[in-house]
Parts: sequence; C-alpha cells; structure tokens
Amino acid sequence: MIPELGHFALALACAFAFAQAIVGLWGAHRRDMRLMAATPGLAVGQLLALAGASLALVLASAWDDFSVVNVAENSAVAKPLLYKITGTWGNHEGSILLWGLILGICGGLVSVFGRTLPSALRARVLGVLGGTSAGFLLFCLTTSNPFWRSWPAPADGRGMNPLLQDPGLAFHPPVLYMGYVGFAVPFAFAVAALLEGRIDAAWGRWVRPWALVSWCFLTCGIAMGSWWAYYELGWGGYWFWDPVENASLMPWLTGTALVHSAIVVEKRESLKIWTVLLAIGTFSLSLSGTFLVRSGILNSVHAFANDPARGIFILGLLGLVIGGSLLLFALRAPLLRSGGVFAPVSREGGLVLNNIFLCSICAVVIVGTMYPPFADLLLGQKISVGAPFFNATVLPLAIPVFLAMAVGPLLPWKRGRLMPLVTHAWWAALAAVAVGGVCAGNMAVLPALAFGAATWLILGSFSEVIERTLLFRAPVANSVRRARGLPVAVLGAAIAHAGMGVTIAGIAGMSLSSNKIVEAKPGDQFKLGGYEFTLLSLSSEPGPNFASRVASIEVTQGGTPVAIMRPSKRNFASQNQTTSDVAIRTNFLRDLYVVLGDERDGQAVLRLHVNPLAPWIWLGALVMAAGGALSLADRRLRVGAPSRLRAGAVPA
Amino acid sequence: MIARRRLLLAAPLGVAAAGGVAFWSMLTRMQGGTFDPHDIGNPMLGKHLPDFDLPGIAPSPGFSSRDVLAAAQRQPVLINFFMSTCIPCAEEAETLDALSRQGVAIWGIAWEDEPAKSAAFLDRYGNPFTRVGTDRRGTAAIDFGLYGVPESYLIDRTGRIVWHMAGGLSDVVVEQQLTPALARARV
Repeated sequence: MIPELGHFALALACAFAFAQAIVGLWGAHRRDMRLMAATPGLAVGQLLALAGASLALVLASAWDDFSVVNVAENSAVAKPLLYKITGTWGNHEGSILLWGLILGICGGLVSVFGRTLPSALRARVLGVLGGTSAGFLLFCLTTSNPFWRSWPAPADGRGMNPLLQDPGLAFHPPVLYMGYVGFAVPFAFAVAALLEGRIDAAWGRWVRPWALVSWCFLTCGIAMGSWWAYYELGWGGYWFWDPVENASLMPWLTGTALVHSAIVVEKRESLKIWTVLLAIGTFSLSLSGTFLVRSGILNSVHAFANDPARGIFILGLLGLVIGGSLLLFALRAPLLRSGGVFAPVSREGGLVLNNIFLCSICAVVIVGTMYPPFADLLLGQKISVGAPFFNATVLPLAIPVFLAMAVGPLLPWKRGRLMPLVTHAWWAALAAVAVGGVCAGNMAVLPALAFGAATWLILGSFSEVIERTLLFRAPVANSVRRARGLPVAVLGAAIAHAGMGVTIAGIAGMSLSSNKIVEAKPGDQFKLGGYEFTLLSLSSEPGPNFASRVASIEVTQGGTPVAIMRPSKRNFASQNQTTSDVAIRTNFLRDLYVVLGDERDGQAVLRLHVNPLAPWIWLGALVMAAGGALSLADRRLRVGAPSRLRAGAVPA
Repeated sequence: MIARRRLLLAAPLGVAAAGGVAFWSMLTRMQGGTFDPHDIGNPMLGKHLPDFDLPGIAPSPGFSSRDVLAAAQRQPVLINFFMSTCIPCAEEAETLDALSRQGVAIWGIAWEDEPAKSAAFLDRYGNPFTRVGTDRRGTAAIDFGLYGVPESYLIDRTGRIVWHMAGGLSDVVVEQQLTPALARARV
C-alpha cells in the first residue's frame, strides 16, 4: 500500500510540475495576475507530493518491503536501520527521486523567500524550475521508478555495496545534490531574465544568494566525497581525477566564477551576458555530469547500473533544457545592454581575470575527461587520460588564481592602482617568501612553492580586513569598533579565500607523505616517518552484518606511546565482498593511516602511511563553505534581496 | 560587427549541439554493440601473431605459433588465455564449450599456472580446446599484450589478430561480435 501511495505521490508531483511550468510561463507571458499568483502554490504542492513519495520509499526500505524491486536489490534484513534509510538514495532510482525532491525544495524556497520579487519574474523562475522538474520526474516515473513491484517477493534483499555502508557516504549525495540542483535556481533566473530581455543590478542581487548557497553545498559535497575516498577506499589518496570527481569539479569551477561575476552585475551592471551564460553553463554542467555517469559513456569506479537506454532519455532531456536555454541565449542575449565601463586594473578587472582562469581550468578538465570517448568515437583510438595530464595542466592555471585571489579584494571598483596592493600586503608576501624559502631547504620545489602560496593566501586574504580595521595601527578599541562596522561579506570573502590556502597547504603536506607496505607477524616493529609501528595481535570480531579480522597496532614516537590503532577487514557474507576499514589517527598536523591487507601463514600485510597536514584538505573546504555562508548573512544581501523590511521602514 | 556578436553568442549553442550529437551517436552505437568505451583495446589488434613455442600439459604436446598459422590456413583459430584460479574463466567455460561443439577451433594457453592445476581445471569445467599450451612464465602473454585472464584473440588465414576480447566470453558477445568476426575471417 505504502509504495502505491508513493508512486501516486510521484505522479502527482509530476503533474504539479507540468502545471507549474505552464501556468508560470503562460501567466507571465499574458501578464495574467491570477495565473502568476497561482504558481507558488503549485510549487509548494509539488514539494509536498515529492516529500510524500520520498517518505514512502524510506518507509518501504525501513520496513523491509522486498516486493519493491528497488528495496530488494539494494537492501537486506540484516542491514542497520540508518543505512536502510540513507540507502534509499544510494542507488540510481532513489537518487533520481532525491534529485527531484531537492529541485522541489528549491521551487518551494523560491516561493517562500521570493514573495517580494516582481510577480512576472517570480512566475517565470518558478515556471522554468517546474519545467525542469517535470522532465526529471517523467524520467523517474518511466525509466527509473523506485516503486516498481515484483511478485513473489524475495525472502531477503540482495544488500547494499558494503563500501557505501558508511556514515560519510550516507550524507554525501544529499549535500552534493543540494549543490548540483541548487544551481537550477540561478539557471531559472537566467532563463527568466532572457525571456524578459532585461537584467539589472537587482537581478544580480537576487541571484547571488542562491548561487552562493549552492556553491557552499557543492564545496562541502565534493570535500565529503574526497574524504570518503581517503578513509574508506584505503588507497591513501584523496583525489583521483576520476570522471565522476571531475563531473563535480566542473560545475564547482564555473559556479565559483558565477558567484564572483554576479557581484559585478550587482555593483556595476557589467558582465551581464557573461553572468547569464555562466548561470546556464553551471547548471548544464551539473546535469551533464549526472548524464555521463549514468549512461556508461565514461569509465569510472562509481557503480551505477549503466544503461544506454536510460542515457538516451536523459540526453533528450538535456537537449531540451540545455539546448533550449542556449537557443534562447543566442536569440535574446544580443538585446541585453551592458552598463559600467572599467579600467583593466580594477576590482572588475580582477574578477574578470578570476573568471577567465577558472573557466580555463574548467575547460582543461572537460577536455581531459571527454577526450577518451571522443578520441574513440572520432579517431578509433583507445586512450586514457590520467592524473599526470591534469596535474600538469591545472597547476599552471591555478597558480595565477592563487596569487591574485589574496589581494584582489583590495582593488577599488572602476579604476585602481597596483601600488596599494604593495603597501597593504607586503608583509603577507614577505611571510610567504620566508615560508617558501625555509621549505625549499627541506623538500622538493613544488611543495615548497605550494606552502609559500598557502601562506600568501591565508595571510593576504585578511589584509583587507586588517586594513579596514586599522589593526595594529590604531588603539584596540578603535579597531574593534571598526570591525563591528565591517560588512560581513568582506569577512566572509577573506575566510573563504583563506580556506583555499588551508586546502593548498593540506595538498602540499599530502605530497610529502610517506608509506610502506610490510608483511608482519605479531611482535614485529617497523619505522616510518619518525614513528614506530608495532603489530600487537590479530583477532576476529563479529559485526552487525559482517565478520571482521582486526589488527591491533601500537604506534610510538621515540618510545612514547602515541596511539593504539585497529584497522580491520570486513567480510560481508551476503554480498561475498570484503572491505578494509582503515584506521586513522589525526592530531590535525599529521594523519597516521594503517590498512590491513591479506593474511597468509600467520603473517598479515600492513600498509602504513604518515600523511602530514592531510586533514587540512577537507578542513580548508569547510572553511571556504563557512566563508560563503557568512557572506550570506551580510545585511546588504538581505536588505537588497527580496526584502520585506524595505517597505516597512529603515527610518535611520 | 553586430553579426559577429550574434555569431559569438550563438557559439555556446553550437558547442552544446555538437556535443549532443556526439553523445547521441555514442549511445546508439553502444546499444548496437559497435562502440564500447569500456573496451580497453589491444595494441596487437590487426598485427601479425607473435612468435612463441609453448610446452603442453604432459603427456600431450604443446604448440607453437607455426602450428597456429598452419591451422589458421584451414579455418580461423580462437586463442584463449585462461588460468585455473580465475572465476571468469570458469564462467566462460560453457560458452567456449558451445563454440567448440559448433566446430570453432579454440586453442588454449594456460597463463602463469601450474600444469597440474590447469589439467584439474579442464577436468572440472570441460576441455573445449583443440590444443593446450602452457605459458608458465607469462612471456608469450607479454608478446600478446595480455591485459588479464580470460582474454581471447581471433587469428585469420593471413595470421593476423582480427578480433580481440579482454574478459570472459558470453553468449551476447559471441552473438554480437565473435560470430560476425568469424564470418569476416572466413571470407
């Protein structure tokens, strides 16, 4: 019964979405107030229906209803309840439903928070969101329906891939999808603006918070994925330039560019056409990434059941969404007029530079990811493109970004001089050179450069804050007063930029990691990176739906105990699959990382890693996202954005 | 000037359309079985059979590349690399058996395996091979550009490798790829 209700709710949501698209776009076209006023209600209806459908799938999974094909294929009685719930979005069908649900949430949020948007713009934005949603829900209903039943129901399910049975990964898809799908809102704003043929500063102010929220989620989502690869796969790496990773990196790069270029639209009414294109492009890349992963075109470790038939449906959908919006762009963009002019050396100039470099990096990643299938198709050549290509091409493009982003915010709008950068940020540059120099004496050139760049970024990012609060130059009380008056967005930008510096330091530290593969029997001791690892014992332990072999390893540094580490190998009988459970001990300056391998004749294979600064990679991403979130709290954004306060007062 | 601006703004649509057409042709050809991005290919495809001379599982004799060339004069020879501990090799045994009953000449090479274990494997899963060679040190496999076991190579009358499959043979692969390749090689 519950799955049928879910199926019905899904169909209802699809109907709501179609209605939302037609009523919104037609109503705005005809300037029909009643139709336009009806759209938010339809969006909320769609959201409620989708919430119902998702709840039904969660219940079916939690109550072990194996007559539902999706549950039977991905769950089992012995699976812990948490993973029965989170497992609903760990497979293709469920993840499409989650995608739809998040798109529905976006529509609902626009309805609620967009009450002061011009009614025609709001109707168009909701109409575009509804149309996109309708396509995806139709896809879900016809080719990837999570509610399909089979009879007779099997006694037990087939269980989930044990690698996915992990709290980090359980919440990785929702966060990542919030990022991917969130960019649908800037996309809808861009299409609505093209339909209206008008973009002004207010448009930039409305779009920016949506882009920023999506960007924060995408940043966290990518970091979670990378962290999962680090501790769950047990390969000791954090980024593999896998097509699926690249598919998430591409919209992140263009999304970062969008967050910055929208500032220029807002402040200076410049770069309008470019910003619209970025908004369309970012969402298009989000969609294409999903498509490429699920169609089986790209080789990837990420296991979704590849099915070319589904691929053709998604491709058609992409053709409509991306092709339609780009056609509209080709027709209507020439009508948009650009406003402010600016000198090459200015804040605008700096942001243009940022956009050029970010989009170049994105182009390089696209080429590297797409070259193998295209070379196969057009030239019949089998080629694989791996980490060496990406490292060699992305790095030279990233270095200018790192150099510029620390001090870009110091440049004034319209026209500026380079001299203030020198007077305000000389101390950061000096510190960076000093750190780089000290490091160069102890390690290879590249990590030393990276540590220098990280120092420059972390310190330089705060030079504007320090400058504006007159820290160290005025009395402390004076500085505190100035800091209170400082726009939160300035602080947010400084923190986000510094977060990038933290990540770079982590990556540089990771490149200095050392590792060793040893065969050990209890009592053996090994030295690595200044630590002694002693294997104490090997034992068997039962788990909820697996049996494990556990190694106890004592780590000491010069005789002083540091930690007892217990890496294990888990054998999941229901899938006949073994995973290794990595043991990690961190003190935030280095990770000790031990993997238990195969055992033979009382000897176990152990892989020992000492990874300096590894946690900084993900910590930096969190700092970046926190900076973005802080900018959102800026009063200027809130007041400027669809504001309910403005009508009321602001007497001062 | 305005025309150029319009052209520039239509460029993203052009790029997206080209990408869309390419993806569409990839997907349709993937469904038709003529395009497989997961097929890792083999540098030896289209090249002449490498030279080798392998001992057999005693007491039966092994075979050399000259024996294969001689046999290929009469009909195409499918060379199949296998190993006793490899599960996909056991899975493809049924398909190989069916092929050999249809009269396809299949010659096996046991890769980096002890002859006794190879013999036990063939006893257990059936022996579809006309002749069996043993490549205990894996040197012949290197000349073949072997990716892993199981892996199959089709040799035509001229002694060239005309078709190749990394991974187990299934009825689908036989129907969609091997049968057409055999027909072409027989012409």
